[in-house]
Amino acid sequence: MNTLIYTILILCAIGVGAALILYFVARAFHVEEDPRIDDVEKMLPGANCGGCGFAGCRAFAQAMVERDDISELYCAVGGGDCMKSVASYLGKVAAEKQPMTATVRCGGSCDKRPRTTTYAGTRSCAIASATYIGETNCAYGCLGYGDCVEACAFGAIRVNPETGLAEVDADKCTACGACVSACPKGIIELRKRWPKNRAIYVSCVSKDKGAVTMKACKAGCIGCGKCAKVCEFGAITVENNLAFIDSAKCRLCRKCVAECPTAAIKMIGLAPLPPKEKTENQ
Amino acid sequence: MRTFPIGGVHPSDNKKWSKASAIEAMELPDVVVVPLAQHIGAPAVVKVAKGDKVKVGELIAEAGGFVSANIHAPISGTITAVDLQPNGQGLRQMAVTIKREGDEWLESIDRSEELVRDCSLEPAEIVARIKAAGIVGMGGATFPTHVKLSIPEGKRAEVLIINGVECEPYLTSDYRTMLERGEQLLVGVSILMKAISVDRAVVGVENNKPDAIEHLKALAKEYVGIEVKALKTMYPQGGEKQLIAALTGREVPPPPALPIDVGAVVCNASTAVAVYEAVQKNKPLVERVVTVTGASLAEPRNLLTRFGTPVESLIARCGGLPEGDVRILNGGPMMGRPMSNLASPVMKGCSGITILSGKDALRGEPSACIKCAKCVEACPMGLEPYLLQRYTVKKAWDEIERNDITSCIECGCCQFTCPANIALLDYVRLAKQTVMGIIRARNTKK
Repeated sequence: MNTLIYTILILCAIGVGAALILYFVARAFHVEEDPRIDDVEKMLPGANCGGCGFAGCRAFAQAMVERDDISELYCAVGGGDCMKSVASYLGKVAAEKQPMTATVRCGGSCDKRPRTTTYAGTRSCAIASATYIGETNCAYGCLGYGDCVEACAFGAIRVNPETGLAEVDADKCTACGACVSACPKGIIELRKRWPKNRAIYVSCVSKDKGAVTMKACKAGCIGCGKCAKVCEFGAITVENNLAFIDSAKCRLCRKCVAECPTAAIKMIGLAPLPPKEKTENQ
Repeated sequence: MRTFPIGGVHPSDNKKWSKASAIEAMELPDVVVVPLAQHIGAPAVVKVAKGDKVKVGELIAEAGGFVSANIHAPISGTITAVDLQPNGQGLRQMAVTIKREGDEWLESIDRSEELVRDCSLEPAEIVARIKAAGIVGMGGATFPTHVKLSIPEGKRAEVLIINGVECEPYLTSDYRTMLERGEQLLVGVSILMKAISVDRAVVGVENNKPDAIEHLKALAKEYVGIEVKALKTMYPQGGEKQLIAALTGREVPPPPALPIDVGAVVCNASTAVAVYEAVQKNKPLVERVVTVTGASLAEPRNLLTRFGTPVESLIARCGGLPEGDVRILNGGPMMGRPMSNLASPVMKGCSGITILSGKDALRGEPSACIKCAKCVEACPMGLEPYLLQRYTVKKAWDEIERNDITSCIECGCCQFTCPANIALLDYVRLAKQTVMGIIRARNTKK
């Protein structure tokens, strides 16, 4: 009986002793942390995607609390509303940014871009592009092995088996930019997000000369510059045989779409312009 | 019999297809495309313009730096373009296109078959001639030879090693060169010995080529200081560091150390012949022997080919592409680069075109790594390929750098030996490229 009592007593004594030691150690080594960091972290989406450039949402929250000027910080996932609420909580001014969405700029689907070889190597865009041009004769186009799909933390991107191209689900895309850096061909761009996910963009990144591009793909930009001529807002530039529409300047007027001879300019959520009636004296 | 101490594999050598066919001259192509980057280092700087007439052996592009090489016209005719042309992998590179008119050589080139043994030039003059002739390592690495022969101050060469190993399966271009041009090879070796001031040279040949060993041994009796050594067949014995270890027992430390740090200079057997021609005959590097081979190819051959000749014409000469799916490699099956564009030209480093068909052309379905460590055992550089593959998947480039990826010689032993069919070399090559890029960026920042 005595053994039992002593055992219990000794265990209790050790427990109390350890608790005391822990109490004093914890006080001595206490780290003062701003309680606002916890609050800000709760306001953030908690995706830990790293799109802001920090290791995760907590590191971002800490930076928001600690820095006086937070105009360079932005959480693309939470967007403007989230940034505003955090900024008003902290009494700082948040940067205002256009909501963006990732755009895959390649229209070389299987029917437009003939396959010339079969790739039997590891299914990775990075490895394939380090090895050779790819299964088609376009050195710039989407390879379709899905490095971007793997990089996306939000399930917003997939490779369409019918076209062999990556596609973005704009509703799910948070513009974190993970796919942009995952694509070895640099096809994906973050572009301004219009209401109802409407968009106009050049769906090609080929810098080859027109003739070379045309041989490799029927949907490529040949750099003819017709689109740049009709654009009234100066949004289109042609450089290195490639047209580029600046999404900040574009007003979705759709004139360029009708001009493009290879239909490389893509339109989403918009009806085509009615064909212009040409009169004799025009 | 000697071989290198760690790693290595033993693929079936498959040299039987083309080893018996003597070197034949390939017909002159009507048009050649001569890329400006046929070597390791800076691309050459073009010296001609559209419309210029050139003769065979005329300089068309000058070395773009110390580590670079001159490029000469491989045929005579008119320059029709200086522009971007697709290479074997389909990627565009600057190249000079020449349309052929006859076959007119520069008068300064001695085209007689007569053997010129004596060379009274000073070492510096020899190196200058080699540099002028645009000679690069012809085993496949294409490192400019004059750079190897310019021994840095404070270092001393003790032995010249001639690489007659040709460990890559299928290829027989060096083998045929050793058999048919043995005399020229040995004169080339004595010239190289003189250039780096050594009195000893060792020619290493694997024992799967007994006739080449016998032939060279018999010829070498007449040359002072040249020894021919048979080596146990083992892949990748033709790797510079493996060959040094096999022949001298010395280990070259990891990069940036070079073979010269252990007193060795290594040259390929075909390079030695090119050196002979450059120094004794004043002939720049405009052609090479290319093995076109494969089990299903109608007539495998060893063709003496001018640079810039389209690969497809070589295949056509050997009976055309076999039926069905084929894999065409620029090089052998272990290190060769798969080709997607057969109109691409033969370049200085192209020792062979290997055509694999049927099940040889396909890769096995990869399964999970079971950590059997066969790749670790096979790696001749003592790396851990399975680990490098996992780090590559995770993009942990700093970890990969810490694990000495820059030592990797891309021999493919790991991939060859992997029972799970994991394409280890694919990952390791990507990792090596990326890490080298990171290191370069860091160095330029400094």
